[in-house]
Amino acid sequence: MTTATIGTTDVELNDEGFFVHPEQWSEDMVPDLARREGIDELTADHWKVVRFMRSEYVSKGEGPTVRVLGKTSGVTIKALYQLFPKGPAKVAARIAGIPKPRGCI
Amino acid sequence: MADAIEKVSIIVSKGSLDGIYPGLIMANGARAEGMEANLFFTFFGLDAIHKKRHEHIKLATVGNPGLHLATWAGGLPGVSTLMTHYMEHRMGSLDIPSIPEFIEMIADTGAGLYACKASVDLFGLEKNDFIDQVNDIITVGEFYVLAAGGQIIFT
Repeated sequence: MTTATIGTTDVELNDEGFFVHPEQWSEDMVPDLARREGIDELTADHWKVVRFMRSEYVSKGEGPTVRVLGKTSGVTIKALYQLFPKGPAKVAARIAGIPKPRGCI
Repeated sequence: MADAIEKVSIIVSKGSLDGIYPGLIMANGARAEGMEANLFFTFFGLDAIHKKRHEHIKLATVGNPGLHLATWAGGLPGVSTLMTHYMEHRMGSLDIPSIPEFIEMIADTGAGLYACKASVDLFGLEKNDFIDQVNDIITVGEFYVLAAGGQIIFT
């Protein structure tokens, strides 16, 4: 576990870089979190996916997998991998300040 | 933490439902983790990317002790079809995609799909017999070049 400074706030991240306390997250941290993932410019679709991840987590208690994202977020699987080449659900979950999605498919 | 795996090449060598799904799940999961992934279909595994056959992949009901079904019962006409329907129904309820849909999805993730040349020749097939998402028909030597620097998983 490490403490990272996002913007001006200290947050706890686990060994894989996910928020230990999702409640420490706020939307103004998104650009900074994205930069840590190598995404310098956030497009409208990046925002759409990150907000979707967050709202799914808030309503269901866990983040969606790539398959679920592809079916329900309004962004196709192909586009998701273009937006987040290092793994759409995983990277967007880190940026959205939620735990790693646990589905196998 | 040990060094993370960054690349996997997965060989699918069987043509049954239970022979194909594990390789697909591992390839899709690798891409979801941000790894580079390639799928190499060989022998009966080629059915998974065969245009006319990949919608009709069946569960093996003979010689499959995991099903806990007597061998003679597994061989009765229709049993394989029935068990396949049952398994597909269970998978559908868990939102596991069908094999054709799954392969299309894996191609969309950017994973490579390759057919084994020796098997393609053996079965008298050609590129046209396979779904459009198949990148190429390659030799075993080309497969090893493609797999260089990563892990190889045989299923």
